[in-house]
Amino acid sequence: MTSEIRTSDGELLSVKLKKVERRRRTTAFLLAAPLLFFIVFAYVIPIFQMLGRSIDNVQMNEFLSNTHDVMQEWDGTEMPGEEITSTFFYELQGLVEEKNHGKIATRLNYEKGGFTSLIKKTARKLNDFDENGNFLDQFIETHKKWGDIEYWLALKRGTDAYHYRKYLTTFDYEEKFDGSIERIPEKKRINVTLWIRTIFVAAGVTFCCFLLAYPISHLLSVLPTRYSNLLMICVLLPFWTSLLVRTSSWMVLLQKQGVLNDIFVSLGIVADEGRLELMYNMTGTFIAMTQILLPFMVLPLYSVMKTIPPSLMRAATSMGATPFLAFRKIYFPLTYAGISAGSILVFVLSIGYYITPALVGGAKGTLISNRIAYHMQQSLDWSLATAMAAVLLVAVLIVYWLYNKIVGIDNMRLG
Amino acid sequence: MALPKYTETRYRVWHYSYLVICTAVFFFLIAPLFVIIPLSFNAEQYIHFSDGMLALQPEAFSLRWYEDMVYGTKNPWGIAARNSVYYAFFATIGATVLGTVAALGLSSRYMPYKQLIMSILISPMIIPLIISGSAIFFSLAKLGLAASFPGIVIAHIILGTPFVVITVTATLSGFDDSITRAASSLGSTPTNTFFKITLPLITPGIISGALFAFVTSFDEIVVILFVAGGDRNLTTIPLQMWTGLREQLSPTIMAVATCLIVLSTLILIVTELLRRRSERIRGISAQ
Repeated sequence: MTSEIRTSDGELLSVKLKKVERRRRTTAFLLAAPLLFFIVFAYVIPIFQMLGRSIDNVQMNEFLSNTHDVMQEWDGTEMPGEEITSTFFYELQGLVEEKNHGKIATRLNYEKGGFTSLIKKTARKLNDFDENGNFLDQFIETHKKWGDIEYWLALKRGTDAYHYRKYLTTFDYEEKFDGSIERIPEKKRINVTLWIRTIFVAAGVTFCCFLLAYPISHLLSVLPTRYSNLLMICVLLPFWTSLLVRTSSWMVLLQKQGVLNDIFVSLGIVADEGRLELMYNMTGTFIAMTQILLPFMVLPLYSVMKTIPPSLMRAATSMGATPFLAFRKIYFPLTYAGISAGSILVFVLSIGYYITPALVGGAKGTLISNRIAYHMQQSLDWSLATAMAAVLLVAVLIVYWLYNKIVGIDNMRLG
Repeated sequence: MALPKYTETRYRVWHYSYLVICTAVFFFLIAPLFVIIPLSFNAEQYIHFSDGMLALQPEAFSLRWYEDMVYGTKNPWGIAARNSVYYAFFATIGATVLGTVAALGLSSRYMPYKQLIMSILISPMIIPLIISGSAIFFSLAKLGLAASFPGIVIAHIILGTPFVVITVTATLSGFDDSITRAASSLGSTPTNTFFKITLPLITPGIISGALFAFVTSFDEIVVILFVAGGDRNLTTIPLQMWTGLREQLSPTIMAVATCLIVLSTLILIVTELLRRRSERIRGISAQ
């Protein structure tokens, strides 16, 4: 039935078409390839490598590999035997000679507090040990903490090549030495508070941005172009202005001796002694973040509202709907796409916010990103920092995935 | 926006309160920026509207903080400005070239795994900067590029490319393929078609993507905090502002901030001109 159609050079048309298509696919891919490889190798892989640090304990495992091996037999119900203590003694001696004992002290201290001083003190006295005597007794002699079985248990699990316990710490849980998982004492709990605060701030800022952005986006979309272009400057100028400039302007406004408090005092709303604490707390972070992220809500909303023909509302009212009903039934549902695009964008941006909370938020207004930065740069507990980063990343990727489902990355518009 | 004569009172009230609300929101958006500008001309050392300033006495205003910004020895604003421009310049070139080429591929109907590749390319924009910053820092440190000029430029290229990809793909999505087909049918080579037909048409998109990349690099603070590693010779304007703001709000920072507001106004004007040009070109090409 189907007669074979051939092109002028005698090839089958279907074959020729496939060839052309394949060539076009290759060309398209080759164009995207340089950036793809650059991003994958310079960005995506480094992120996974960094997140690997949250479970990676290989260095400790290598430092104390023999101790780790002999300890596998030990069940931890009674004090370790001579085989363990002697192996540990010789390995510790080697580490002290290579000046690596400080590293294991820091790592072990995460497993059990007090290990830093314990290792340092023991390291100084290693030369006094009698190699023919009982090692455990001599360890206890140098420091009585070695008599506490928990330090040996901490040593056992602290030398595993991989661990997951930082993920428990991320949510304020800890694994006891008997294997049970419990919440840490109440006054030490900080991370869960920060997670909850971050999510609440992100959701709150998103909602406030939505409330503020909706009326002005509507106004911008219905005004004649001449006026709307002018008003658009109010949205675009902050959008293009440096984040630090905007944050510092909020610092100027919100300070105790700042402009807002000055205005309140001169208007007699508050007494000079009773100036409001607007900064270094949640209030400051919240207000500043809302203003800074507002353009990211206005722009998608505006671009959607611009496409809604005004005749729809007129049709609804002409058929008897009150303006409010027409808005609720006709206009509002048509803006869902803009609302979801803007909300997801603002939510994703605010969940990872770092600079503004650090400057305006003080101790009470910091978010999870600030905690990650603290562990990265100050406490240097990189395993914990990367474990928290991994959790944050998963949260963001879920929202990103939702965005892709609902809005589609192809439809992302800027400016 | 004028209301018809027959509008009921309650809708009239609602309409005016709506306008008041909108005014308030616009004020909330723009006013904080304008607070900074007069304060940068303060003659006193405090970040505060002095009585003299409120009474508009000329002696309450001065340019001393601008002098301090340019000639002050304590704040290396000069080095910071030079570095910021250098990083942004090279990062913009890198991001624009890589991003535009990739966008050309991504806009093709034949692109395989379009969604997946697009999500990967956009990810630096979505992933929190604190994660990007530390990951880029660790990988640069491994290559011995942390706290170095090329290292910072690479980091800024990564952060800038998503914006170029998005703006250029957006421009290409409205691109009429029949124009290039017409060029080919008239005997133009693909290279010639690209440079003579496609490129001029998508130039507004490329320039606005480049502007995004420039601003991203110029304003970038989180990643550079990790990557610059406290080296004073690598400092940038945002880094210098960050340090200053952490210590104390000084009028010199207000002066710098005012300069940055002027810069963003210029960028705004350029983008507006680009948008108009792009609309004009499209208007012609659609006819």
